[in-house]
Amino acid sequence: MFQAKINVTLKKSVFDPQGKTVLDALHSLGFGEAEDVRVGKYFKMTLKAKDKAAAEKEVKAICDKLLINPVIEEYQFQLAPLESDQ
Amino acid sequence: MKACVVVFPGSNCDHDCWHVMHDVMRLPVEYVWHKQNALPKVDLVILPGGFSYGDYLRTGAIARFSPIMQDVVRHANSGRAVIGICNGFQILLESGLLPGAMLRNDSLRFICKHIYLKAVNRSSIFTKNIAANQVLNIPIAHGEGNYFCDADTLKCLEQEDRIAFQYVSESGQVNMDANPNGSAANIAGILNEKKNVLGMMPHPERASEAILNSKDGRVIWESLAAALN
Repeated sequence: MFQAKINVTLKKSVFDPQGKTVLDALHSLGFGEAEDVRVGKYFKMTLKAKDKAAAEKEVKAICDKLLINPVIEEYQFQLAPLESDQ
Repeated sequence: MKACVVVFPGSNCDHDCWHVMHDVMRLPVEYVWHKQNALPKVDLVILPGGFSYGDYLRTGAIARFSPIMQDVVRHANSGRAVIGICNGFQILLESGLLPGAMLRNDSLRFICKHIYLKAVNRSSIFTKNIAANQVLNIPIAHGEGNYFCDADTLKCLEQEDRIAFQYVSESGQVNMDANPNGSAANIAGILNEKKNVLGMMPHPERASEAILNSKDGRVIWESLAAALN
């Protein structure tokens, strides 16, 4: 078993109104150092795979098919064997 | 013209669409449950508004994989008519039948109000009865109607006359004040390449009778009835 931690964010070229609103709120709270905020989604998924390469291929396919919309979003993920297996 | 209204779990404008077809336009119409594999023999498929699958993941992202969608894609690819309204438009975007994607409204608010539209393309089966300079008063009701596409796609939509509707002022001017949600180029509706698939955020089915304060949406159904009868 593997665990994938997947982060989905809007592409840099896409305006993120939620991020802008959070940034404005931070500034009004006095956190003037905050320069940019992008709001995204986080998925934690466990999956069966025979090895890490197979798991990686599967996670990519899952992201491309359903989890993200490539018109506006991009993703990164980390993959690790689940500890209960070791 | 015979139509069907596809019902997804979470659709909530399906009855309005059915009512307009059946009681206002007096045309044959039937519901199709999203789990069905095949569409009945119809000229027009209506993907109604609502919150299919609770808008989970992204608007329309799960509904596009409903069993019926394979036949909706076949129907569209064979050149027959499909109209997606609001959540129906979002499903068409996710399914790839129309280009682009929806972002949250730039105000981050759900907006439910009457707006003004003009038809940019007036030769499609959906818009051919709309007069030049005619301004349509039709309501919107959405949280994610901020149409986005890359610059090349926008150029392509403009060059191929695929912008069906733009948000305008009451006098018909395209400007930022008339743009309720931040959509690129004030886009409220677009057509596919063959112009047999229309996606639009405003709800013509909520503005097709005088009792609802506007019957400006009716011209879209009349255009379709004239083209497909």
